[in-house]
Amino acid sequence: MNAPLQFDRWERYFWPLLAINITLALWYFSVRWSGTEIFPSPLDVERGMAELVHRGLLWRYTLNSLSRVAFGYVSAVLIGIPAGLVLGWYPAAADMVNPLIQVIRPVSPIAWIPVSIAWFGIGDTAATFLIFLASFFPIIVATMNGVRNVPSMYRCAGRNFGLSPANLIAKVVLPAALPQIVVGLRITLGIAWLVVVAAEMIAVDSGLGYLVIDSRNSGKRYDLVVAAMILIGLTGLGLDIAIRRIEKLKSVRWGFRNEH
Amino acid sequence: MAQTVSTLASTFVATSKVASVPQPKPLQAKLCAEGVTMIFKRNGSYVPVLEDVTLSASEGEFVCLLGPSGCGKSTFLNILAGFLVPTQGRVLIDGKAVRGPDPRRIFVFQERGVFPWLTVSGNIGFGLFKCSKKERTSRIAYYVDMVGLQGFEGAYPHELSGGMKQRLEVARALAVNPDMLFLDEPFGALDSITRLTMRSELLRIWEAERKTIIFVTHDIEEAIQLADRVVVMSTRPARIQRIVNIDIIRPRDISSRRYLELRDGILEEIGLAHKG
Repeated sequence: MNAPLQFDRWERYFWPLLAINITLALWYFSVRWSGTEIFPSPLDVERGMAELVHRGLLWRYTLNSLSRVAFGYVSAVLIGIPAGLVLGWYPAAADMVNPLIQVIRPVSPIAWIPVSIAWFGIGDTAATFLIFLASFFPIIVATMNGVRNVPSMYRCAGRNFGLSPANLIAKVVLPAALPQIVVGLRITLGIAWLVVVAAEMIAVDSGLGYLVIDSRNSGKRYDLVVAAMILIGLTGLGLDIAIRRIEKLKSVRWGFRNEH
Repeated sequence: MAQTVSTLASTFVATSKVASVPQPKPLQAKLCAEGVTMIFKRNGSYVPVLEDVTLSASEGEFVCLLGPSGCGKSTFLNILAGFLVPTQGRVLIDGKAVRGPDPRRIFVFQERGVFPWLTVSGNIGFGLFKCSKKERTSRIAYYVDMVGLQGFEGAYPHELSGGMKQRLEVARALAVNPDMLFLDEPFGALDSITRLTMRSELLRIWEAERKTIIFVTHDIEEAIQLADRVVVMSTRPARIQRIVNIDIIRPRDISSRRYLELRDGILEEIGLAHKG
């Protein structure tokens, strides 16, 4: 019934590539026809990209950004998941802490930049701390809700078989909540990548965010600005593809299909 | 002589009324619920769910709790299993008060209680964490066989049909070798053909393993086909309305006169007899 909407294999690549090429063409001709001197054409950006490769900045800055995300995000996962498990497990603890979390959570991590610099000075620690903050709250909330939504039937069955509380959490509650936690992890990784760019604009002097702001400030190199933006987009896409693989694991996949 | 006649007469009366007379009690009951009353507090008002329920079951007996949906029979089963503490009364199993769930008595849930993140083998082996690896493997194989899931050991529950999932849950329960099973409308979500197959499967397993089974259902046919005794419960707050002995030899002929008689008796008891 949906046949006309399903793409053949060649079409799966053809249409997206067509959309990209149309966009590039529109971009190219708007730059030419408007006669702008500041904004680069796709060809300028390509040359800028080549220059970044040549100067060795492309890899270095991408890796800088990725390692900040890795440290901040992984530490948020390591603290956030256990904390979320505890809060989900003890409703009284959750009731106590939840209002506090809900007040801190809507504060954009960007607003923490001055505080972060005051605490850690300009440098990697400040940027990593911002990533941690940006990741910690979504992870703890996703885990807490995941645990709360575990059907009581599963807990009862676990208790029935004589599991100790620690085993009950490890063998029943965590796996039952895992699909929801994984969704939280994926969304959070996207947020972390958004935040690292902003953090690098202010708190450090390396990374893709720094590349954006530095290229503009030193000589209005908009070709490099746009090249950096494209790199940010592509790396973000790569991160999302990577973390989506977790959703395909068999022990998690059950949570992503509609059981009839 | 006259006395003998009267004894005979009373025996006769007793047998013809056998449906309502409890069988001779064994020396020690496996399970003994005494005056169990449950009152839930909901939105500030008190809702009585169970009223003074007293019931005993002997070792190896198959007891069905029969009652309309929402009457409180599941609550009673949860109390027997130790998941809920009654407002009043107590439950004794093997003469000891029940203080919580216990691996010797496994609860089989109404809906799919199998763990979706574990395979068939993983589910059956779930309660066997204290066993050696070798024993675990052999027990899993044994119970995979018993419930007919050969070839599906590595399958996840979402890859199984409803009947297979329910059999898997029964296998998971049996694997820890409990002496009692509590089944809470286990076949309620299955289609009618699968349900019939599952009943005979359950009887086959029960005859092989002789666990004491307390089985909650709202299906009269199911109760009469399975149970040694059917406990008819009233609407909420649930009380025991009547206990019916099902004195038909297994395998039961569901078109026999006695079967229909018992069924009609129960229908009448819950006020649903044909009018006519």
